[in-house]
Amino acid sequence: MNTDEPTLSRSLWDFFCSLKLAMTLLLSLAISSIIGTVIPQGNIPPEYIQSISQAKMKLYQALGFFDMYHSWWFVLLLGALAANLVACSIKRLPRIWKFVTQPVTVLDDAGRKALANLATISSPQTAPALKESLVRILGAGFSTPLVTEKDGAYHLFAEKASWSRLAVYVVHLSILVIFVGAITGSLFGFKGYVNIPEGESVTQIAGKGDQAIDLGFAVRCDKFSVSFYDTGAPKEFKSLLTVLENGKPVKGYEQLPVIVNDPMSYKGITFYQSSYGKTGEHIFTVSNPDGSNPVVVKVPSGGSAKLPNGGGICLQETTQDVAPFEPGKSGPAASIEVHSPDGKTRKTIVYANYPELNLQSAQINGGPLFGYLSGKESSYTGLQVARDPGVWIVWIGCLLMVVGICGAFFLSHRRVWVLIKDGTVVIGGNAHKNPAGFELAFDRLVQEIKGELSPGEKK
Amino acid sequence: MTSSLLFNITTIAYLVSMLLFFTFLASRVATLGLLGSVAAFSGLAVQSVAIGLRWQESYAMGVGHAPLSNLYESVVFFSWTIVLIYLLLDLRYHYRVIGAFVMPFALLGMTWAQLGLSSGIEPLVPALQSNWLLYHVVTCFLGYAAFAVACGISIMYLIREAAGAATAATGNGMVGSFPPAKVLDDLNYRAIMVGFPLLTLGIVTGAAWANYAWGTYWSWDPKETWSLIVWFVYAAFLHARITRGWVGRRAAWLSVIGFAATIFCYLGVNLLLSGLHSYGG
Repeated sequence: MNTDEPTLSRSLWDFFCSLKLAMTLLLSLAISSIIGTVIPQGNIPPEYIQSISQAKMKLYQALGFFDMYHSWWFVLLLGALAANLVACSIKRLPRIWKFVTQPVTVLDDAGRKALANLATISSPQTAPALKESLVRILGAGFSTPLVTEKDGAYHLFAEKASWSRLAVYVVHLSILVIFVGAITGSLFGFKGYVNIPEGESVTQIAGKGDQAIDLGFAVRCDKFSVSFYDTGAPKEFKSLLTVLENGKPVKGYEQLPVIVNDPMSYKGITFYQSSYGKTGEHIFTVSNPDGSNPVVVKVPSGGSAKLPNGGGICLQETTQDVAPFEPGKSGPAASIEVHSPDGKTRKTIVYANYPELNLQSAQINGGPLFGYLSGKESSYTGLQVARDPGVWIVWIGCLLMVVGICGAFFLSHRRVWVLIKDGTVVIGGNAHKNPAGFELAFDRLVQEIKGELSPGEKK
Repeated sequence: MTSSLLFNITTIAYLVSMLLFFTFLASRVATLGLLGSVAAFSGLAVQSVAIGLRWQESYAMGVGHAPLSNLYESVVFFSWTIVLIYLLLDLRYHYRVIGAFVMPFALLGMTWAQLGLSSGIEPLVPALQSNWLLYHVVTCFLGYAAFAVACGISIMYLIREAAGAATAATGNGMVGSFPPAKVLDDLNYRAIMVGFPLLTLGIVTGAAWANYAWGTYWSWDPKETWSLIVWFVYAAFLHARITRGWVGRRAAWLSVIGFAATIFCYLGVNLLLSGLHSYGG
């Protein structure tokens, strides 16, 4: 910063370097993040839309509350945090860097007096002999010292964990690295999902906003199965997947089991077991109760269809063998919901092998007579699909963050200076953290030096 | 001997410990404080055995997994980590009276778990069948526990400050037995210094697990977001330490707010909000 520049840029710079801004941003991010945990994000359920007023809905939409973590103001807060990190590092790092790489190895008297820990020992030994002893003791008990000879005196300097002063900047850097990883992922990666019926294959998946994404190869679902514990809770969802290139299975990617917590990766694209369901078609006959005007109606699995009378039929559940559910009966059966044109809804079960029961139901409830011919149904597996080339950058950032935080909290830069002159040894030292702990270590070191220099006094 | 019996003994030990600490606080008889610590650490030992036993029992049932899979197990584990962190603090700094403000958290957890939560051992749902479960839950809860201890210390700081310097100086009453304000402020920082790296590790292991299981390390799910909120609050606390005017009372409040956010992240999200992380409820 040049002093000739206007003060505006100077004060703007100071603002971006300030700790106050860091505090404000951290607390603003904390408070604003709450919004997205209370208001639904992404696909908003219709019940929620009904539960709030029009005005509120418009306000939330304008403020981007329904996708707040990607809204301009939230991204701006994150950007400001990044700017704050960069600015404060540019301001402070050069000084710290010089401090670490070019330590003060020779202290003057004023510097020595300012030290928190200081001790003086007298000794009849010669200065070179004292120097030799101290180099040995410091080397063994603390850290190998650097010796400077100046004006007939010896200056020794030893330090430990000097780089721990950089740890906090490593943490700051790690946040920027994670941001870079996240941006890389969103620019060059994708996330989507795909449903594959058993026995079929797909070459495309649905990405954001149901936009189709080409995989560049095909994936076939050979089989999907669910197993349960005795308690009835699900134990395992498993898909057997095969990767196909030009219609041929790829070696090593044939009938690969994919379960929750154990995905499959191929060419940087990963497939995760996520959901499942049934797909197929069911054939019903609809006629007047006396059997006249029969019409065939096809209903997809879990879906619905229109009836000739203007009403509708909605499929609840089907089975190709009703025996386990209704002992004594056999054959296909379907549980359906019938909507009559006047808006009434009733539930009933339609059998393939028991037309008399179907007729009974029609007579009791009124309305058309249903018959269930058969259905073809197969399972499909629902897979999450993702490609994220930025994820390794994120992990490097996370590693830097954990290492940096531990270094910043648990390591302390400790320094010891020794002056040997005219039969006296002056030892001084300080630490940039945990001064009480260093005081104890320093006192031990001084005692050791005293014991070594005058062994006669030692008992 | 069953783990259930041992968990009941643990709860009683924590109750006895808390009562001893309270009488120590009122009477300032050093023996009571010592007994309070002895009760707390005996409880911790019994609880460690109980957790190990429950782990073994799950294997005997054929559904073997670490006892960290539902709300009951997590609350029990949370109590255990709180007493563990307090033990470490006590061994290192010897301020016994802090137990009076930390043991209530552990007792509350154990009482709720034993009386209000279903304690059956259940098989793991597919989503939790991963080794990441152990790393993620252990790091998160050790972090939470350190924040609980920091919150207890901050409450002591605020009480001491409210009682006024005069009362503290005479050395009378409850506040007289508290460590000096400066020491409390420092201990608060030290507890958070332990909790913050652990929470960071907890979030990172959670992200790694999410990426491995779902293909996305961060999806702004309420649980994830709240853990980040907690992280922001304690990051602000750490920066407050080097900001003029933020040491002492404001730092103590930040620590209390941080723990409130932690508890919401742990319980509030599961009980009040919906999301991907609904195993605890």
